[in-house]
Amino acid sequence: MPSLLARKLAAHEFVITAEVAPPRGCDLTPFLHSAAYLAPYADAVNVTDNQGANMRMSPLSAAAALVREGIEPIMQLTCRDRNRLALQSDLLGAAALGVHNILALTGDGIGCGDHRQGRSVFDLDSVQLLQTITAMNAGCDMNGAPLAGATSFFAGAAAAPEVEPFGVTLPKLGKKVASGARYFQTQAVFNPEKLSAFCDAVTPSGVQVIAGILVLKSAKMAEFINQHIPGLRIPLTVIERLRAAADPATEGIEIAVEMALHSRTVCSGIHIMSMGRDEVVPCIAAVVRSL
Amino acid sequence: MIVSTQKPLENIISALDGGSRVFIIGCAKCATVCKSGGEEEVFRMQEALAEAGKEITGTIVIDETCHMLRTSRDLRSRQEQVNQADFLLVLSCGAGIQSVAEASDTKVVAGTDSKFLGNIRRFGQFEQRCSLCGDCRLNETGGVCPVTVCAKGLLNGPCGGMVDGACEVNGDSPCAWVTIYERLERQERVEQLHGTTPARDFIHEATPGSLKLGR
Repeated sequence: MPSLLARKLAAHEFVITAEVAPPRGCDLTPFLHSAAYLAPYADAVNVTDNQGANMRMSPLSAAAALVREGIEPIMQLTCRDRNRLALQSDLLGAAALGVHNILALTGDGIGCGDHRQGRSVFDLDSVQLLQTITAMNAGCDMNGAPLAGATSFFAGAAAAPEVEPFGVTLPKLGKKVASGARYFQTQAVFNPEKLSAFCDAVTPSGVQVIAGILVLKSAKMAEFINQHIPGLRIPLTVIERLRAAADPATEGIEIAVEMALHSRTVCSGIHIMSMGRDEVVPCIAAVVRSL
Repeated sequence: MIVSTQKPLENIISALDGGSRVFIIGCAKCATVCKSGGEEEVFRMQEALAEAGKEITGTIVIDETCHMLRTSRDLRSRQEQVNQADFLLVLSCGAGIQSVAEASDTKVVAGTDSKFLGNIRRFGQFEQRCSLCGDCRLNETGGVCPVTVCAKGLLNGPCGGMVDGACEVNGDSPCAWVTIYERLERQERVEQLHGTTPARDFIHEATPGSLKLGR
């Protein structure tokens, strides 16, 4: 398995992943600068795919640029913008260019982004995309037709440990694992008990959990996220804590560190979503690594 | 039924540009129920167009404009009025509009937008439950169609956008997969959701569809 992330998770090293968004333009400089800043602290860096349905450079190009720089990417791949031919084409391209980690996602609805008049695809869903990746790793396309060489992807999927009703999501999580997801990168978690319960529910199947750690800056930012970001719900207790804090930005880091430290005891890694504040990643990584 | 809505009057008037005489065609079935092209709407359209300076050569409400032979026959019965018109304004679904276009060489103006195959909740309230995908999977999903009711048409469970049981895309509606799960749970067959559903075969949705019944 060429994926470093896979090897670290297999060796039960606690992993840290961070996130960079491809540029909204063709200049990769700020993107590479951000990734290079994060790389010493992160085992792999997620490259988002038109996140929030906002048009940016393709994650395949941006992830390949990271490989060229010696940085290990996790390429996010959504089903919103590509049909089954395009998904498989991009996967073959990714494999050829040295991108080995894929996070298979459904994708946010097109209505929340900057091209609302566009047609969303959803030819496949995330489970079927994972099956496709598994087939390609076995040397076939999704129809079972042989490829000239097999891919060696390390595939992961998304999960939402705090979503209600949680039971409704369980069958799909099981299908994701059965279809080849080796790790879950979770939606932001704030409740330690819910993260523990989630890990108890899914890890017996062999999947590893990388907990999503969202670094908030203010109560206002949390409220904005609750209103505008699909699938993310920040609890009122967290918002109140930020509101009451003398320095909300520092309090946001404190909340993230607490969650990261809990994650250290129950799961295989953390995924830090710094919301544009890259400078918080070294500080959270240092605390987690010091244990 | 096919749910349609009338286009804004100014769009209709603008489409009638270049001619003054109009023959108006409504439909006694779906367009009547959703009030886009029944007797009442045809009468109102007649008045509105007259006010806009158009001459109405005649009107007819056909019993199912989607029925091609009947539409052709009914228009022939009003041939004189039809022939006097510069435009045939059709207030029915897109299928009916095309029956009219096929039955006459007079220019046809569509006065409606066809929206969806709709269930009737109550008078004047319609909901899409079926999108005519050609490959029904309601037996597997507790009688709730994920292709239609899930805004992303997902076949294997909810997306990550579901929050508190609500749909990410249409926040006022319940997540289709929550509805499916809860129904199957009540029927003690939630284990039906554990098998993976393969990707759809869009051959079933190839257009234009056609069907000829054997004898």
